[in-house]
Amino acid sequence: MLWNVTKVEYMHNGHMACPGCGASLSMRHALKALGEETVVIIPACCWSIIGGIFPTSALSVPALHVPFATAAACASGVRRALLAQGREKVTVMVWAGDGGTFDIGLQALSGAADRKEDFLYVCYDNEAYMNTGVQQSSATPGGAWTSTTPGGKEMDFSKKDMFGIIKNHHPSYLATASVGHPEDFYAKFVKAYAKRGFRFLHLLSVCPPGWRIDSQDSVRIARMAVESGIFPLLEFEAGGEVRQTVIPENPIPVNDYIKAQERFRNMGAEEIKALQATIDERNRRLLQHA
Amino acid sequence: MSYRADQGGGAPKMDMLLGSDAVAYGAKLCKPDVIAAYPITPQTHIVETLSLMVDKGELESQFVKVESELSAISACYGAAAAGSRAFTATSSHGLALMHEVLHWFAGARFPMVLVNANRAMGAPWNIWTDQSDSLSQRDTGWLQLYCETAQEALDSVIIGYRVAEQVMLPVMVNIDGFILSHTMEPLFIPEPDEVDTYLKRYEAPYFLDTENPLSFGSAATPDNFYNMRKYMARAMKTVPRILREEFTGFEEHFGRSYSAIESYRTEDADTIILVSGALAGTSRVAVDRLREQGVKVGLVKLRLFRPFPGEDLIRALGSSGQVLVFNRAVSFGAGGTLSQELRAAFYHLDKRPGILDVVISLGGKEVFPETVAEVVGQADQLSEENSNWF
Repeated sequence: MLWNVTKVEYMHNGHMACPGCGASLSMRHALKALGEETVVIIPACCWSIIGGIFPTSALSVPALHVPFATAAACASGVRRALLAQGREKVTVMVWAGDGGTFDIGLQALSGAADRKEDFLYVCYDNEAYMNTGVQQSSATPGGAWTSTTPGGKEMDFSKKDMFGIIKNHHPSYLATASVGHPEDFYAKFVKAYAKRGFRFLHLLSVCPPGWRIDSQDSVRIARMAVESGIFPLLEFEAGGEVRQTVIPENPIPVNDYIKAQERFRNMGAEEIKALQATIDERNRRLLQHA
Repeated sequence: MSYRADQGGGAPKMDMLLGSDAVAYGAKLCKPDVIAAYPITPQTHIVETLSLMVDKGELESQFVKVESELSAISACYGAAAAGSRAFTATSSHGLALMHEVLHWFAGARFPMVLVNANRAMGAPWNIWTDQSDSLSQRDTGWLQLYCETAQEALDSVIIGYRVAEQVMLPVMVNIDGFILSHTMEPLFIPEPDEVDTYLKRYEAPYFLDTENPLSFGSAATPDNFYNMRKYMARAMKTVPRILREEFTGFEEHFGRSYSAIESYRTEDADTIILVSGALAGTSRVAVDRLREQGVKVGLVKLRLFRPFPGEDLIRALGSSGQVLVFNRAVSFGAGGTLSQELRAAFYHLDKRPGILDVVISLGGKEVFPETVAEVVGQADQLSEENSNWF
């Protein structure tokens, strides 16, 4: 497929991400899709650091750092101010981790989504509190090691359904995406950009130190998440149905995805089998309209 | 909502307004781009009136009906960062929930005005007035003003923006819950064009601008952080001077005069009451009655609490024998909040009055002029070492 991606960079070298960081790769491509008329709102997360220490910045778009629980409310205020000033065309994007979205920021997120605030909320989900040294969040999958689940998180594979939570707030656009599938990723940001109202993108964001993988394997693991069905690439537009945007040509068992990551070392064959059953059942229900 | 009274003879027209509505009119006249609010007793009337004004098209603000006070102040923070004037009102638990962002707001050096209807903090639940909500936010970097009347509350909102947008620090205007918020008072609502002349549209020196992209609030090294806080302290230091200028400017425009503190019948007073908020009105009545009986008592009203006007207070109280500090907030284990501040202001002086820490009311405990007279009458028996509870 041909790419029509700008050569202009809005994220620059000198940033402070770890090698192989999915969150930095995601930001680079997100901004290419959204362009320079973008304001980024960042609550406490890895990106509080990745963006650079004062007075440096790795971004050439304006950024507003905000307290942990407040991203969606701060973004509401920014958007309303831009409206009052006649600067409607500026895109407002929240860039939050899973802690700031699934946990501490969920109330403000729900409020903003319910008010149909006109901005794009992006959750880059690396499945734990990575910036503080890998502690469990409610986005951490069952079985995963974190520093607060030293023996692995309880073997319950029903991860909090953020897609469903947001869908039930009736957004104008909702999708999952992964840098392992950049064409799909890019197309979704372009689509989200063109819409008004509340838009939400859930990115699975590979974290080499937190997931206990080698940094050169980031993109490979991101692809495996999609191919195994543990992170299906979905899209929902107001008035429509949930659609799977990428149907893996070569599906793999989730066992391959689990075994490729040291964080799942406590999971045995039985647990992986249970996980596979959960995934199969979830995806069947999720896509019954597809 | 309001009742206009024509006094005849060409005298300026007065309106009869609830304190809450006075605040709403004050906010309206300042034309905030963004208002974000959440209901809480006894502040709710303020935002109800504002939303009615927006609904009727009298006010062109973006009104964000948020799901919590934390989100109210956060939306204001986003608006201020985008270069807009923002307004919110809250009370008690709502203010406490905002605490983190109060720090963040001042630290980011964004201006705004917040009106707080002073109310007790639980447990147990209590909706009545004291100052434990706002005084426990004293270290957040916000300016704090306390109002005796609804007129003062209305005017303080307007003056508040003038000051906030000069020193680039946010301003908290405090009114006694119920006592001010839910009672009516005759007052003057300034004409919109008069306010437009006095308070120009806010031009943010820096904001979220895609033409000039800047990062706000990004992590700072210890040295940079320390310096930012040093500049914040310096900015706070300029407030008394700027506020004096603003009070003068306001008087020239609107004919009403204010100051950081206000002395009443203190000239030859042996005993001076230090009081803030609407309780100053009650105490004034008591002072008059006691004066009639020959008691040499006066009153100093504290309008500005942050920055603490120590020098003004030394001048006003320094020659009296004793000061009865009327506290409506207590730092448990250290006494009345106001008393601590006053003692600190006098510490470097050899000659200072006796400072008596009086916990006059909490959670709306009634204070009548008789109560005040009784406390003054007992002054000789009060402890100077300990807080005095009744």
